[in-house]
Amino acid sequence: MSAAPAAAGGEDAVSVGGAPGGVLGDLMRGSLDHCVKCTICETHCPVSNVTPLFPGPKYVGPQAERFRVAGEASQDASLDYCSGCGICTQVCPHGVHIAEINSQARARMKETAGVPLRDRILGRPTLAGRLGTPVAPLANATLASRPLRRVAEKVIGLHREAAMPTFAGRTFQRWARAHTPPATAARRVAFFHGCGTNYYEPRLGEMTVALLEHNGCAVEVPRQDCCGLPLQSNGLFGDARGYVRRLVARLLPYARAGTDIVGTSTSCTLMLKREAREILGMEDDADLRLVSDAVYDVCEYLVMLHERGELRTDLRPVPETVTYHAPCQQQGHGIGKPALDLLALVPELTVVETDAACCGVAGTYGLKREKYDIAMKVGADLFAQIEAAGPDTSVCDSETCRWHMAKATGVPTVHPVALLHRAAGLA
Amino acid sequence: MSHDAIDVGTGVAGLTAAVRLAEGGARVLVLAKGVGSTHLTGATIDVLGNPYMGSDPFNVGEAIARLPADHPYARVGGAPAVAAALDWLRAQVADGPLEGYEYAGGLERNRLLPTAVGALKPTAMAPVTMLGGEGRDPVAVVGFRQLKDFHPALVADNLARAGIAARSIELDVAVEGRADANAQALARHFDDPAARGAVAGQLAGRMRAGERVGLPAVLGLRDPARVWRELEHRLGRPVFEIPTLPPSAPGMRLYAILRAALRRLGGRVILGAAVTGPLGAGARLDGVRAAVGRREVVHRAGEVILATGGFAAGGLVLDSRWAGREAALGLPLAGMPAAGEPRFTAGYFDEQPMARAGVAVDGELRPVGRDGAPAHANVRVVGASLAGAAPWREKSGDGISLSSGHRAAELILGAAARPAVAA
Repeated sequence: MSAAPAAAGGEDAVSVGGAPGGVLGDLMRGSLDHCVKCTICETHCPVSNVTPLFPGPKYVGPQAERFRVAGEASQDASLDYCSGCGICTQVCPHGVHIAEINSQARARMKETAGVPLRDRILGRPTLAGRLGTPVAPLANATLASRPLRRVAEKVIGLHREAAMPTFAGRTFQRWARAHTPPATAARRVAFFHGCGTNYYEPRLGEMTVALLEHNGCAVEVPRQDCCGLPLQSNGLFGDARGYVRRLVARLLPYARAGTDIVGTSTSCTLMLKREAREILGMEDDADLRLVSDAVYDVCEYLVMLHERGELRTDLRPVPETVTYHAPCQQQGHGIGKPALDLLALVPELTVVETDAACCGVAGTYGLKREKYDIAMKVGADLFAQIEAAGPDTSVCDSETCRWHMAKATGVPTVHPVALLHRAAGLA
Repeated sequence: MSHDAIDVGTGVAGLTAAVRLAEGGARVLVLAKGVGSTHLTGATIDVLGNPYMGSDPFNVGEAIARLPADHPYARVGGAPAVAAALDWLRAQVADGPLEGYEYAGGLERNRLLPTAVGALKPTAMAPVTMLGGEGRDPVAVVGFRQLKDFHPALVADNLARAGIAARSIELDVAVEGRADANAQALARHFDDPAARGAVAGQLAGRMRAGERVGLPAVLGLRDPARVWRELEHRLGRPVFEIPTLPPSAPGMRLYAILRAALRRLGGRVILGAAVTGPLGAGARLDGVRAAVGRREVVHRAGEVILATGGFAAGGLVLDSRWAGREAALGLPLAGMPAAGEPRFTAGYFDEQPMARAGVAVDGELRPVGRDGAPAHANVRVVGASLAGAAPWREKSGDGISLSSGHRAAELILGAAARPAVAA
């Protein structure tokens, strides 16, 4: 994998297409004509494989889309049981954009059927983050309280057992403002940390900055808000587009200056790389395209540095066993599993690659009362593999997956950066 | 990351090449638009059948030796190379994650095994769960009302026309609360010991003396050998699987076995990556370019294997002026009917003029131009993209994919093992 970073004169990272949004939207929908009903998507769908409530990506996707009338909502409520993991699109050998078609149809359905309050709350992690951070002990106690969680399940439909993150009580942004970057650096990098790092895992942000600085990067942390993905997942496309535009405005100066934008949340970086363009139909937003082409997943970026011989490989031994699970949305990047290449550089570290496409939670899907059991069934195979491997730590790139996996397995679950940070002697 | 070899495609040809290379110590990257044809085929290894069938029993190896020089089997090195590939796959399956699940057979003779329409299809190698389909003993063909893609009466009628005493039984099973189900849902049903016990219970009282039992190939995905043996034991007679329409449970098993081997050997796979062209233009390519999402990326490698399939899979494409080309690297096609000549004939199963179109290769599976010289020294073409075969007529598709994928890997590993020749 070697799309050259823009800073290295990236003639390799060019946009495919560049067609206006309407045309790209038509291309997404039009791809259904390439469907030959081979059923390969159905064999890989993690949801339809564990519940009859979701009839499968082929049924609700290319097949049902032929019967949907432009401007009218889909009447098939089973569409809402799609978790949006995107695996159907990844495995389709004929290039049908199944997950994108389903997301768009679900948004049309929700326009008429309405969106529950719960989904409006889950769709706005920055709102929860801003409210919870100053009162973190109270907020955390509330989320940990079994009676209150039962009430929350009854009243708003948030499953009582669903893994909830812990408010850090401070933000990564505040740390970044106070942080002094190194005096000299080989290159500039803008860090797109996302909401999870800002409100729940600021330590991951600190480790990422330290690791990038250790490898010759001057890291700038733009002010930033949510990418809009949770809103998109919950069918609130209009609101999601607003968030995308605001985030793009924040990141645009960096993209214009040729600065690579590096992110630690694989689903949020995927939103900027692809989903806002393909699902929200924002292809005609030239600013978004510019930002989109400058975005890299942090592991993808570190592997590119390694390819150019610019990654420090004087790593300390970590004599432990870890499992590695590549989340579904990380696989949507089409960059393989760069974390495996990086972890292979750590002496004495044993890495067990799990064989599972999705942990089940798929962002906010597995938090919902009616979907939690499905999410646990989807993840059952992965959890069993992790338990069988008996690792010291479980490694996964995506935050909601880490929380879900850690709760289900009891194994501490970290971002690959955390291990690399340790091996680099920065801990 | 740059790799020793890139394989494009995840069907039998591509996965075979990738696993064999990784086994030989190469760092392999598999790029594919999506998952390949394993999920769609019966996963028997049909090497060569009908048109070359002179006598019965039919020695496949001898028939391969009589093929023309431009046939893929001749290009891969003839019967010994095909036999080596069969041996390799047999070992992969035996050593794979499905305990006790094995492939049996070879080039000595074809076995005639029933298909989902009850035709007898010649195959060289098949999963042990299907072998009971050979022979002329009476058969009870069992189907499930909920499996809409398998009709036991149709299978039984056609077997009877072939002179095999056959009758059909249709059972009702409650599959996961689904109104109808495909073969995969049925296979998950059979993964459950209680559920398959209930099926055996329904059948036990309905068997006749000397009768075999043919079932659609849904005997589980997790532990099919155990499911199969358990049913044989419970019913006290031979039980065999009959391949179904897609999705194919035996195909999914084969994919799982090869994919697990590749994972164990450290091979990498990127799905959703459509190769759009070569990287570099010299005698040796530097790698390939691929479209991923909204981006084009480059992947560097010393060797490239194209296993992207034929026209049906999109590995070969035709434009609206009937000009054909190979899709990923734009290689020219051999065997296309010339302008004004017929492209198809009316008889569906007849030799079609378009049938043998594909990429022409030399004895090392490198694509050649009109002059017969290789266009790229480090590109090999395998599987259904190859010119010179009519797979559905010859029943040769699986064997060509397996043997060419295996051969390409052997050639690359062999060249790497030889000391470099000074330029």
